[in-house]
Amino acid sequence: MKIAIASGKGGTGKTTVATNLAWAAARSGRRVAYVDCDVEEPNGHLFLKPRITSARAIGRMHPEVDDDKCTHCGLCGEICQYSAIVCVGQKVLTYPELCHACGGCTLVCRPGAITEVLRETGKLEAGMAEAGAAKAGAAEAGEAGTIHFIQGVLNIGEAMSTPLIRQVKAESTGDELRIVDSPPGTSCPVIESVRDAEMVLLVTEPTPFGLNDLTLAVEMVRAMKLPFAVVINRAGIGDRKTQEYCRREGIKIMAEIPDDRRVAEAYSKGLLACEAVPEFRLRMEGLLDRLCGADGLASRNLPPEAAR
Amino acid sequence: MNGHVTLGADKSPRAKQITVISGKGGTGKTSLVACFAALSRHVVLADCDVDAADLHLVVEPRIIRREAFTGGKRARIKADQCTACGRCEELCRFGAISFDGPGNSFIKKTFRVDPIACEGCGVCHWFCPAEAIEFLPAVSGEWFISETRFGPMVHAKLGVAAENSGKLVSIVRSEAMRIAGEVGCGLVLVDGSPGIGCPVIASITGVDLVLVVTEPTLSGLHDLERVADLTRHFGTPAMVCINKWDLNAEMSGNIEAMARRRGLHLAGRVRYDRAVTEAQVQRKTTVEYKEDGSAADIRDLWEQIKAKVGSAGTAPA
Repeated sequence: MKIAIASGKGGTGKTTVATNLAWAAARSGRRVAYVDCDVEEPNGHLFLKPRITSARAIGRMHPEVDDDKCTHCGLCGEICQYSAIVCVGQKVLTYPELCHACGGCTLVCRPGAITEVLRETGKLEAGMAEAGAAKAGAAEAGEAGTIHFIQGVLNIGEAMSTPLIRQVKAESTGDELRIVDSPPGTSCPVIESVRDAEMVLLVTEPTPFGLNDLTLAVEMVRAMKLPFAVVINRAGIGDRKTQEYCRREGIKIMAEIPDDRRVAEAYSKGLLACEAVPEFRLRMEGLLDRLCGADGLASRNLPPEAAR
Repeated sequence: MNGHVTLGADKSPRAKQITVISGKGGTGKTSLVACFAALSRHVVLADCDVDAADLHLVVEPRIIRREAFTGGKRARIKADQCTACGRCEELCRFGAISFDGPGNSFIKKTFRVDPIACEGCGVCHWFCPAEAIEFLPAVSGEWFISETRFGPMVHAKLGVAAENSGKLVSIVRSEAMRIAGEVGCGLVLVDGSPGIGCPVIASITGVDLVLVVTEPTLSGLHDLERVADLTRHFGTPAMVCINKWDLNAEMSGNIEAMARRRGLHLAGRVRYDRAVTEAQVQRKTTVEYKEDGSAADIRDLWEQIKAKVGSAGTAPA
């Protein structure tokens, strides 16, 4: 099962929910992967503290022009929709950071002057994180477990994160439960992160900004026809309009996490709230049960309106 | 505000641009931008967080002009002309084409383009032997010019599941600059988006100052490092402000030390204050809602920023 944790607004608690859910799942004996698709600002590693066992450069293709073969016909610049290759007089200029690697220029080039070469745009790192002390019998007693950890890290100055996100996601197949931590917003990187999820959890906070961005995120998951539910973090701050909105729209609220200074303090130090605040752990275990139980998995093929 | 105002290139210097970004989301960018607008009173606002814009909730713009945004083109297979040869599916690198389109008079099933997965490269359209693929500009959002109680504002709404947010950000910024020139305003305040990718790059290139708003958490520290590298990469002067600094004073000290090491200027600290959320609920800026506490910190912060931008050239009007 693949659960994507998303939100319109940043800083609502995606990473907190995603890392703690992964921790709770590992503790319950599940084979779980935490997949950090927020490749622009990946933070899950700060909390899960994984041992990275493999790291590799991820690149994408861009065109390289052989000036000796080029006839300056200009077709490459004509097919390119991204201004990543332009023919100016007797010269062809390329802009690798604008290239979407569609392959169009290579295909239209009759003299075969264009080859696609790989350029590094980020890194893919994988390893294991411990959920609790590794001592004899601990796993059986639900006191320990391991999390398959995967993250992408976009190189500074790279504009496009979606190709890296695609590769990060491809790395985690084979785990029973995959928890995907998405970037904030509602545009291309988010869409790539959530697009094949069996459940999207939209984490929000009950403030006017939180609600506005939640409605945008709801529009997005509805357009993509994905099953989704809402988690209200820092419940108690702001107002009750988010709850009213969800009720009006027939959107399931899977959890309300009360505003708690201890959770914020644990977060500020890079500690998992599940380990620092016992009530928080209970809430995460409850959320996990609901996600994997009747409310979540079993109803995942129903439109969200019917899942209440 | 437009039409009768002559473009005074020789009498008013180009407006200064300040972009507020954060790396990590939810650190308080938009609340601070709204406060700065309230404090400066002579400003053009540009909300460049085009896929989760919030500034309008506090400054309550009255829209006076709206324009469609065309981000790029999209492919669409005309089912009646498709011969189901499969060339498009073979060439598409984005997995956007699948063999589940409706049938026509000579074949049972045709190909179909998933508009969400399509990146608008046009390769399928170019190579379709039956010329059965349309490739037309797609409206992928809207942008607006508005009036607010603090001055003109340019903002936008990216369409659901749309792409090309960088291009929309560029439009919002250049419109804001155009208006600033027309009305003779010396300052454009840009509300940026989280992250370090395409919309962020489009919102910081060529501005006079970037203010990075962070929070005293390990994530805030980590994300600030990446944003600092980004501003250096593009050679943009940057300042740092720690919001809710007293939630973890030790971490605030660590962040400031890191910022100094990287040559970033410190703009100030803003204390944690529940009034910030209370003000938001009442659709007010924090500085309109109260005088002391975080509001006083924000005033000091704004003085520092003004001094910094002023020292880079002529002061904003």
